[in-house]
Amino acid sequence: MKSLEELKAIREKMQGQVGLRKEDETTTRVVVGMATCGIASGARPVLNAFVEGVAAKGLNDKVVVTQTGCIGLCQYEPIVEIMEPGKEKVTYIKMTPEKAVEVIDKHLVRGQIVAEYTFK
Amino acid sequence: MMTELSLNVLDVAENSVKAKATLIEISVCSDTVKDLMTIVIKDNGCGMDEEQLKRVCDPFYTTRTTRKVGLGVSFFKLAAESAGGEFEITSEKGVGTTVTATFVISSIDRMPLGDMTSTMHSLITLNTDTDFVYRYRVDEREFVLDTRELREILEGVPFNVPDVSDYIREYLSENKKETDGDIIL
Repeated sequence: MKSLEELKAIREKMQGQVGLRKEDETTTRVVVGMATCGIASGARPVLNAFVEGVAAKGLNDKVVVTQTGCIGLCQYEPIVEIMEPGKEKVTYIKMTPEKAVEVIDKHLVRGQIVAEYTFK
Repeated sequence: MMTELSLNVLDVAENSVKAKATLIEISVCSDTVKDLMTIVIKDNGCGMDEEQLKRVCDPFYTTRTTRKVGLGVSFFKLAAESAGGEFEITSEKGVGTTVTATFVISSIDRMPLGDMTSTMHSLITLNTDTDFVYRYRVDEREFVLDTRELREILEGVPFNVPDVSDYIREYLSENKKETDGDIIL
């Protein structure tokens, strides 16, 4: 069985780091709908893809991946909203883990909205 | 309709989070001799009054305002009952709610348990202020993850930091494998 010992080493490593700063007004929020409608449509793998992708691209300092409940557009789930400070909210619909990778690369890294996946 | 029991667990446990629970206990216990899987989700959230409890399994009842249906609990109940199992929900206002579902493991209509590791990982890393006790048991073998122990060791380092998040996923996945020998439940 895996023990909790390794966690102590992680704590030592993390404690001195700046990466632990709290969310503020410069943070981009990626919000995944995780109500019944979202979960049934496949929101969990989409959320995992965002969490992993954001970490892999080293975006954890400026992007926070979080969840919300039902926003009332159940037929378009999985829905992902990206809120960048000072910009209009972008709503991506019918998301998949593959589309998530593309959105991270184009939208979060390069700042280009992937229009074909957005809600019109 | 959900495709895995683990998705039902994620959905129902989210209700506990919304009920402002500070501790959510989730257990998945399989007894291959009795051919029975029992899933319990217990929280110390706000609980429900009698009227709410009476209507909680009615798919056309919800306390939400964004839509007119509340399917999460109904789906879970249906999943248990169609797999020859039983479903029970008890609740007390101000004390908390407990959902218990049983499933006949060999029932052809039982949904696969699915990826419980992802469900627990998502719950823990997305609700960093809530504590979880997760118990996974198959016959005589079991493992428990108690986030209160993690919190104590981490001294303020949050669960959603990539290193910690990865560690939690590995912990869940490796210990699950040792508990069930990688059988598909």
